[in-house]
Amino acid sequence: MTDIREAQFIARNSAGKLTQRPVSPHLGIYRWPITMVSSILNRIAGVALCIGSLLLVCWLSAAASSNNTYTAVQSFVASPLGLLAMFGWTAALYYHLFAGIRHLAWDLGKGFAIPSLNLISWIVIGLTGAFTILTWIIGYAALES
Amino acid sequence: MTTPAPKTTVMPKVTMMRSQLGRALGSGSAHSGAAHWWAERVSAVLLVPLTLWFIFAMVSLLGAKQQEVANYIAVPLHAGMFLALIALTFHHGAMGLQVVFEDYVHALARRQIYILTVKFLALVLGLTAAASVIKLAALGH
Repeated sequence: MTDIREAQFIARNSAGKLTQRPVSPHLGIYRWPITMVSSILNRIAGVALCIGSLLLVCWLSAAASSNNTYTAVQSFVASPLGLLAMFGWTAALYYHLFAGIRHLAWDLGKGFAIPSLNLISWIVIGLTGAFTILTWIIGYAALES
Repeated sequence: MTTPAPKTTVMPKVTMMRSQLGRALGSGSAHSGAAHWWAERVSAVLLVPLTLWFIFAMVSLLGAKQQEVANYIAVPLHAGMFLALIALTFHHGAMGLQVVFEDYVHALARRQIYILTVKFLALVLGLTAAASVIKLAALGH
């Protein structure tokens, strides 16, 4: 076995015996195209948003509980860790939003040509970056005024 | 390392492994058919404007005091938007996580436990958030 990829061909067949054959897909073999990156990022963003929704529940229920609890949640959000979480949440929210709209376009049968897939992947990533940064600039401006 | 195909005198017979009813219902490997797919899309479409509104609302509530949050949610439209956002977010999220588990967790019993746990958590957390919104709406003016 001279090629590391051959090791990945080892699997069990339906009889439970070891066999060596190409098994697809082995992510380690591919040089990641942007479509692959943008696809898995959408799933990661979705899972991140599910975790982020816990913070929304905390924030709302704290506001509905007592002033002390609410102040505690607010001070967590304003802490470096809280700000990092909020920044990640903003980015995940925009990413899942734009990538989701892309999915809805696919559902209508649009945009399956390879060049447009590559382009739209970059557009989704670009829009996420731009909207995330813009939202935070507006947020900080709103806090200052 | 190929094994020769077993010699056989029987003619290969291709059998449709799905019943006609199964084909008509459109159920796939998850046995739930197209309903899940549709519910994901419909909630996604509704979540587009709700999410944009949510970001706008959160930015305008930055650094707000408890009473200010209550006053904001006391506006009936704001409360309605929050409740719709909460319902659809937890519905959509639970469905999304279900697909993730169906893709990556192969042990059926464990997969089912994960899916049901997520659905239960989504229900409780969603209702908690909704109850908070309703209480805040009553606290505000």
